[in-house]
Amino acid sequence: MTTPVLQLKNVSKVYPTTPPVKAVQDVDLTVEAGELLALVGPSGSGKSTMLHIMGTLDRPTSGEVTIVGHSVSDLSDAELSGLRSAHIGFVFQAFYLLTGYSALDNVADGLLYTGMSLDDRRARAREALATVGLAHRLEHVATQLSGGERQRVAIARAIVGEHSLVLADEPTGNLDTQTSESIVDLLRDLNRAGTTIVVVTHDLEIAESLPRIVRLRDGSIESDRTKKPV
Amino acid sequence: MSNGEFRSSIHPSDLVRTATVGLRTRPMRAALSALGIMIGIGAMVAVLGLSESSKAELLDQLERLGTNLLTVEAGIGIGRGVAELPNESIEMVGRIGPVEATSFVSDVAANVYRTDLIPVSQTGAISVKATEPELLETVGGTMAAGVFLDDATVTYPAVVLGAVAAERLGIDSLVGSPMVWLGEKWFAVSGIMTTLQLHPDLDRSALVGQSTAETFLDHEGPPTVIYVRAKPEDVLAVADVIPATANPEFPDQVEVARPTDALEAAEAADDTLTALFLGLGAVALLVGGVGIANVMVISVLERRSEIGLRRALGATRRHISSQFLAESSILAGAGGLAGVVLGVGITAAWAFYRGWDTLVPLVAVIGGVVAALTIGAVAGLYPALRAARLSPTEALRS
Repeated sequence: MTTPVLQLKNVSKVYPTTPPVKAVQDVDLTVEAGELLALVGPSGSGKSTMLHIMGTLDRPTSGEVTIVGHSVSDLSDAELSGLRSAHIGFVFQAFYLLTGYSALDNVADGLLYTGMSLDDRRARAREALATVGLAHRLEHVATQLSGGERQRVAIARAIVGEHSLVLADEPTGNLDTQTSESIVDLLRDLNRAGTTIVVVTHDLEIAESLPRIVRLRDGSIESDRTKKPV
Repeated sequence: MSNGEFRSSIHPSDLVRTATVGLRTRPMRAALSALGIMIGIGAMVAVLGLSESSKAELLDQLERLGTNLLTVEAGIGIGRGVAELPNESIEMVGRIGPVEATSFVSDVAANVYRTDLIPVSQTGAISVKATEPELLETVGGTMAAGVFLDDATVTYPAVVLGAVAAERLGIDSLVGSPMVWLGEKWFAVSGIMTTLQLHPDLDRSALVGQSTAETFLDHEGPPTVIYVRAKPEDVLAVADVIPATANPEFPDQVEVARPTDALEAAEAADDTLTALFLGLGAVALLVGGVGIANVMVISVLERRSEIGLRRALGATRRHISSQFLAESSILAGAGGLAGVVLGVGITAAWAFYRGWDTLVPLVAVIGGVVAALTIGAVAGLYPALRAARLSPTEALRS
């Protein structure tokens, strides 16, 4: 059996406020390579905290997080940065593109902290943009792109490093229905090509369209359902 | 598991590229915050450049004028009223070993007018002095027109005008052989001198030959000023022995001066001003540094999501702090470079206007840029550490 891309064991996150907030409680979750799953739940269900923990942007209060076989608790802050640059791609609701830069350079930034030279990064960024259907938009700056195009650029940035895991946080949150569908289709295409993707969303409709749905409620997993392949 | 397995790294050229993100997205703000540094560095470079250029000009001037000229005058004797130099003093001083040349002027009790119709009281503050042909060479003078007194004209009613005297009398050339009304007699103007930098009193004088003065103006006074050219290396020694030589009876009534000392004193006064302006430049620089720190703090607050994104992309805390530190250094460095250009420009413009050579000390140029970079680094330190301390989740929560 292959090593899971992501494994959470007994993971809890407590924010030390008064009274303490238990954002995530005793979560067990395994994501195998090649999966496409939705992590769905209402506001305040702990989705964001889960995303941060899965993306190694935050550490759990207790429990164990393993990314492609590496236990997060064994790694220093700087090593976690290295782990992210090598294994994890992020897609955010607000895109987070640098406004003064072309689509190409925004995507090339996905490899910025791997130490690769700009020319090599641009070459790979060109391919990634072609993959998301933006081969004709290389030199456009973020402000010249539509919302859907911006999110495609952000997705290209997340896949340019051929990461083990892509975490998408409400990727359609800022988009209209039609554009949202095309973005979900794109994610599905990328998954078919081998990318492991976790989509964090509160949109049930989108969640239902994905092969596996993990429902969160009050920081715990309420259900974990995998559809049978059609 | 090996700890070195995961390491983020960034290509050095990309560090510079990321450091200019803020400058490119907000160029106006960047330019304004660099302006403070530019003004500070510009002021300091200009002050150093101007001081250096004027100093070079002074050295040049001293070289031209020679620092080996001494003037000897009668001082005020205590309890004896106005003292006089003895008549023999010229000859005595000329006998001092290292003295190369001597000359003198002697004040004549007469006034000079353009015509005999000018009221007696309108003297134009021009004094009449008796002298000898050697004076011109001894004081290093040159002629603007005509010739100085020579062995022939020294006994005739001829007069040589100093530059200011000529101007006041309205005589700017010898065309038409101008005459002046001097001591109730007509004198022919035989020459006009150029301005003497060290002897403004001669500029304001009408000079006649000693014999002329004796013959036509009933003059028999003692020398008023003796000019002494000594060997450059012995100037101070000569100055020391002159009083006792010129007036052995009352050496304390003899005043010896070196006119170039006045120029040097003026330059020393300039040094004080230079220090003052350097201080003002330093204050401008400090204010500029605070401005940059301020802009960087704001920038870090505004760019939280960019910081969060970079952390998600794999940037370490060190990468983030380096980015902001480099940004403030680039900002200040650019301001410093612009300031150096400004300072050199001001120096060149002023030097051109004054007819000096433009000289900017290399240490000012290099020091200016280094100072700016240092200030940028110091100013960026706190904002950079703040950016690095920001946790990724906090930065992404917008």
